[in-house]
Amino acid sequence: MDATNTLAAPPLAQSRVRPGRRRADAVLRGFCALATLLGVIVLGSILLMLIVQGVRGFTSTLLTQPTPGPGSEGGGIANAVLGSLVLTTIGIVIATPVGVMAGTFLAEYGRTSKLSFVIRFLNDILLSAPSILIGLFIYTLMVRPMGSYSGWAGGVALAIIATPVIVRTTEDMLSLVPGTLREAGVALGAPPSTVIMKVTWRAASAGIVTGIILALARIAGETAPLLFTALNNNSWFNADLMGGIPNLPVMIYQFALSPYPNWQQLAWAGALLITMTILALSVIARVVIKPQRAR
Amino acid sequence: MPALTETIVLARTRATAARKGPSKNLDTLFRACAYGAALLVLIVLAGILSAIIYGGLPAFQQFGLGFLTSSAWNVGTEQYGALVAVTGTLISALLALAIGVPISLGIAIYLTQLCPNWARKPVAMTIELLAAVPSIIYGMWGLFIFAPLFARFIEIPVSNIVEGLPIIGTVLYARIPSGVGVLTAGIILAIMIVPFVASIARDMIDQIPTIMRESAYGVGCTTWEVVRFVLIRHASVSIIGAIMLGLGRALGETMAVTFVVGNANRLSASIFDPGSTIASRIANEFNEADGMQLNALMALGCILFVITFIVLVAARILTRRVRVG
Repeated sequence: MDATNTLAAPPLAQSRVRPGRRRADAVLRGFCALATLLGVIVLGSILLMLIVQGVRGFTSTLLTQPTPGPGSEGGGIANAVLGSLVLTTIGIVIATPVGVMAGTFLAEYGRTSKLSFVIRFLNDILLSAPSILIGLFIYTLMVRPMGSYSGWAGGVALAIIATPVIVRTTEDMLSLVPGTLREAGVALGAPPSTVIMKVTWRAASAGIVTGIILALARIAGETAPLLFTALNNNSWFNADLMGGIPNLPVMIYQFALSPYPNWQQLAWAGALLITMTILALSVIARVVIKPQRAR
Repeated sequence: MPALTETIVLARTRATAARKGPSKNLDTLFRACAYGAALLVLIVLAGILSAIIYGGLPAFQQFGLGFLTSSAWNVGTEQYGALVAVTGTLISALLALAIGVPISLGIAIYLTQLCPNWARKPVAMTIELLAAVPSIIYGMWGLFIFAPLFARFIEIPVSNIVEGLPIIGTVLYARIPSGVGVLTAGIILAIMIVPFVASIARDMIDQIPTIMRESAYGVGCTTWEVVRFVLIRHASVSIIGAIMLGLGRALGETMAVTFVVGNANRLSASIFDPGSTIASRIANEFNEADGMQLNALMALGCILFVITFIVLVAARILTRRVRVG
């Protein structure tokens, strides 16, 4: 969106325009403004709901105690927060190298090859594939053979969701690096891997980091793939990450629909926490990407 | 442009092959890693497909084509059919399009044509943040905020008005006006796809050369005429692609729908009545499922995969021309 491309519609010369045309124009302007207003109102109402309902749940024990059992009072969501951190970390640690390398392949080695075309296409499909199907896949691949729900299965499921995001942004950002930079590197006698690592990656680093943050924001709130992989539990989890592992999204899902008021309260507090984290990540990602786009 | 770089990189590969030393090995290793990572994407997608087919096969074998046409879902008698979930999925997704697409286009046009310059960035940011809100939060919003209002101000008045009328009296009649149902799911899905469709549509409209718009305004067109005859006409193919992408999202959305669709296995003629979608049923039943029920759920997943795959492929083909170029 450069300045030349943001031509605003000029005001109509009222007297010259037939009433029918003027009316159609007014209807369009009104509808478009209304649609945008609606979007803003929905976001505002979601945030308002979370703040009104969630703030009451911010007690002193919220981040220090694990989730309480059914019907028992007090407790917090410390185990779910920690579990979510572990799961997203596993997801992003797996997805980052795979995603960056695959994106590098698409942008640097196989820009025009048939294989890259196919992979690019399938990556775009994977990017929008229903996340619940990824849950079913990991259930068949890991949960059933291993005989139990586990943090590893949850982490891998999240990694599968994060990878296409990173592949896509890495490729897009590397494609924006001018070819002359690579040529300059090659002219100095650097082998391709050195050119990629020391020149193109460095030139596109802000964009690649943005991709990783966006992927993080995407998987932090994912619920569906965790239902059959990490599940949930009401206590601290094992250090080997086997068995159900507590996590915020599934905790919110189960507690929000539960009949116990204190569980519902914890679900709201968790919802507020997770949404604010994700929105903050998204805003950070947009701030990081700014200098890249400006070029 | 890429061709030149390509040639040079390739030429360089040949040159390093002649050189010895550790950097050649590193180079080969690096390339192999990149290649392997790219192939992994392929393998994962193939894995998803085969795992779901493997899991769903017993159900397809037992029920055959009848699985698609049967509306039974009985754990006791082990009779399963996909009809209710598939229709629920399709109807809620189509309702989402019917509601969401005009709003998305309105937002895209507002942001590119009408919005004052100072407000453009913050408004665009707000709409994009809607896409970042996790789907479970939309579910909670839908169930606890939207559904009660919807029941009180839409379902009950509308049901009272249309009661007894032919056709509309069935489609828009709520037997139990609880606020949850297929239409509610469609509305929540509409809100969820709006930021995606709007942002793609905005990019497409932005790519139309400014001179086209300037010329149209220059000959005295109103904004409506510029939108109708210049913008829509030029971006129509890619906007349809964006809509298909939104459809793909709506079909597979799980958590938000699970909260508001009502989760009933009933084929109802009214869009106010509770129903279920493929994704919501899997989310609800999978953890307690066993034996044939598990297979039937996997088979549902299979159907969902096929439907979304077709939609997404169509979407990518339609948007590709503009995106890559």
